[in-house]
Amino acid sequence: MKLISYILLLAFGILLIFATSELPSRGHPENPINRDTSIAGTPGAAAHYIRNAEKETATPNMVTAILADYRGYDTLGETTVIFCAGIVVFLILRKQKDGSKI
Amino acid sequence: MVQKSNSIIVALVSRFMVPFIQLFAMYVIAHGHYSPGGGFQGGALLGASILLLRLTVGEQPSNLVFHTRYGTQMSGFGVFIYAAVGVAAMIGGGLYLDYANLPIAGIEPAKLRSLGILFVEIGVGIGVMATMIAIFDDLARGHFHD
Repeated sequence: MKLISYILLLAFGILLIFATSELPSRGHPENPINRDTSIAGTPGAAAHYIRNAEKETATPNMVTAILADYRGYDTLGETTVIFCAGIVVFLILRKQKDGSKI
Repeated sequence: MVQKSNSIIVALVSRFMVPFIQLFAMYVIAHGHYSPGGGFQGGALLGASILLLRLTVGEQPSNLVFHTRYGTQMSGFGVFIYAAVGVAAMIGGGLYLDYANLPIAGIEPAKLRSLGILFVEIGVGIGVMATMIAIFDDLARGHFHD
């Protein structure tokens, strides 16, 4: 039984390595995500950010500009998730005064 | 119940370090426009500085810096700042979270976006800091509702 699990693990590892070897190299300008126009013919987002992020937001750090401005909804959701984690711990763990309703 | 450290060296060194950690955290938040950093990282540093005080000098002295009862309230306040900036942009005539329309007169749209990013990062920083402290306090000991 143990041998079978090892063989399965090894096979899965080989499969993953084989799959990742086919990935495009990171940051290459010919990657689909970095092209000016996407495969569907619409303008690509990454090229727009690289060209216009500093001009449009007066923020030299492109990561901050994308995180807080272009993708503001996403960051609002992340903050809400953290807040929800705090609220859940509050609701589960905090003791209550005897006789209080909530 | 948090057991405070008995070593005077640990207590003194952490008391010495905390203001510098907090100053660096505010630098990380405010300088996120120009260098790696931002609200999440700076908020984590701020929260860690308060947790260091909680662990080393004990509950009562660290309550002078950040009281246990404010943790959950401040984390809600941080999220509120973020959402309020979005609503302020709507009041200024734009879309939700479109900082170029914030109702502040006399600033060009690009600078206004930069300012909106700063407000949002401050909100995120307060939220992350307070949530870390609130979770720690809840885990460390049960707290009575006031």
